[in-house]
Amino acid sequence: MLDALDWRFFLLLLSNGVLIGLMYSLIALGFVLVYKATDAINFAQGEFVMIAGFVVVAALHLYGVPLAPAIGLGLLAMVAFGFGLERAVLRPLIGRPIIAVVMATIGLAAVLRGLGPLLWGAETKPLPLPIPDEPFVWGPLFVPPIQLLGAGVSLLFLAVFGWFFLRSRRGIAMRAVADSQQVAMAMGIHVERYFALAWAMTGIVSALGGVIWGSLLGVDVHLALVGLKVFPVVILGGLDSIPGAIVGGLIVGVVENVAAGYIDPYVGGGTKDFAPYVLMILALMLRPYGIFGKRIIERV
Amino acid sequence: MIHRECGVLKTSYQADMALYPLPIARWTVGALAVFFFLVLPFSVHEYYLSVVNLVSIAVVGAIGLNILVGSTGQISIGHGAFMSVGAYTAANFAVRLDWPWPVNLVLGGLMAAAVGAVIGMPSVRIKGLYLAIATLAGQLIIEWIINHVTWISGGVQASIEVPRPRIGGLEVASQREMYFFLLVFVVLAIVGALNLMRTRIGRAFVAIRDHDIAAELMGINIFRYKLLAFAISSFYAGVAGVLYTYFLGIANYEMFQIVTSIDYLAMIIIGGLGSVLGSVFGAIFVTLLPIVIRYVMETFGGLVFSAADVRNIIPNLRLIAFGALIMFFLIVEPEGLNRLWRNIRNYFRVWPFAY
Repeated sequence: MLDALDWRFFLLLLSNGVLIGLMYSLIALGFVLVYKATDAINFAQGEFVMIAGFVVVAALHLYGVPLAPAIGLGLLAMVAFGFGLERAVLRPLIGRPIIAVVMATIGLAAVLRGLGPLLWGAETKPLPLPIPDEPFVWGPLFVPPIQLLGAGVSLLFLAVFGWFFLRSRRGIAMRAVADSQQVAMAMGIHVERYFALAWAMTGIVSALGGVIWGSLLGVDVHLALVGLKVFPVVILGGLDSIPGAIVGGLIVGVVENVAAGYIDPYVGGGTKDFAPYVLMILALMLRPYGIFGKRIIERV
Repeated sequence: MIHRECGVLKTSYQADMALYPLPIARWTVGALAVFFFLVLPFSVHEYYLSVVNLVSIAVVGAIGLNILVGSTGQISIGHGAFMSVGAYTAANFAVRLDWPWPVNLVLGGLMAAAVGAVIGMPSVRIKGLYLAIATLAGQLIIEWIINHVTWISGGVQASIEVPRPRIGGLEVASQREMYFFLLVFVVLAIVGALNLMRTRIGRAFVAIRDHDIAAELMGINIFRYKLLAFAISSFYAGVAGVLYTYFLGIANYEMFQIVTSIDYLAMIIIGGLGSVLGSVFGAIFVTLLPIVIRYVMETFGGLVFSAADVRNIIPNLRLIAFGALIMFFLIVEPEGLNRLWRNIRNYFRVWPFAY
């Protein structure tokens, strides 16, 4: 164990925080995509990740599918799930008060948390990826390959979706929908179709998150707790901003790792779940729209 | 409540505001009182009374949350944490200072109200989604503080044993005694909430929910009333937490985690937002749901599944039923069980005629 005041200890916490933070960004991206396009809030983001992990693991272990097709299956299943969810649950709630959507996704979260273990068993299942277990050692840094992979995938997808919204025709249409549904409709954009597309894209991101976080933590119900980190990330970065998801993820990852490294020994653990929320409360008071978010916040 | 009336024949404000619009309303309340104070406690087994006791505690908490969410329109995902504040305040006073339960109960409620008002502060600047997330943060932070500050909770994952409440020389120990103990608070909570909504404060809450800017223009101090709504709602939560602590005999933070907050939100959505009767229906429904599922699965589940499967199915089925019901009511019947009840009542109002 390194001395707590050693700069190498700090550096270790920092590097770990950066990588974990990028993996948070990936999940936060799913939340941001839906919010950006449909103004709906997804309190079930963590459960999306969990159920995707369950699908992949079930395909691997129960039905003996090889890894690559299993991940493909997970992606397909989550895309279908996104489309279906939008049609069955979210569309009837368009135009209703915000608490209705919040509560519907909370209800959905409960359903998913029951459904996963009911269908595929409650025990923790490993999701082995074909990468080495041994951490890379660079000077004082220990970097587990899975975290490196997770961070890489996150960056890749953040870039892809960034390009999608800025340059592609569909992405621009989706931004138009987010800006004003009525005007978008008048311009000939099929608003419902883009809502469904946004949920399907969230499904893709969640499936990737499920594979990466699942292989890091193992797949069981507790995988859904990752979703609790989404809120500090998106509030810090701005609810509707993709760069915000990266920056917010980095801040949350670094802060929680450093705080846990220095405070945990004195309070008996749990700082990781606590520190991001303190940070978020501060952000809500000082800058509720986040670092990169649109400055529309209603004051009353 | 339950009576039928035929037409609105009021000619004065006095008559319109009367607590009992018709003599039959008075009799209904009387009949309900006889049933709950005399018939129910002496006619059923102690086990069923313990279930009723759980419902009673849930009713107090749900009415409180409904004042905030249903009547004032502010979302809170921190109700469970406010309950824990009340519970631990009372437990600490009961154990450290050996104070009597009425004092602890009031102190627990007041402490929860104070904490609730602080957590509600962001509601002045933000609303909707942001408020939901801010109260969620409040829930997690309070949970963490209670669990990790040893002075409050007696250690991580520990629980505090509280003595049974005593009234005069009598110790409230059996489920039947506990039933009467809790029933008093249920009545107080219901009467209090019903009357609150008839006062200036209650009307201000509804005005803020319906249109905050219009309410402000009409001279309602939004800051004060929003905080008041948080405080009153948290007071109810704190009292419910204290009652739960006395009911169980221990204060344990696991009873007040985020799942509890969501349970209470589900109660008021399934029961009906903004209605006291709806809170009661919702509390009954959500409390009984897991018990009924467990009973049905344990009795009939063995016919189809193995014993190990049944043990796996029960908690998961509860979650699924619970979440599915929330979504069902939101999509199909946003006004909840209370609306279904009103529909039935309206049907019978002119029965057997069509109009």
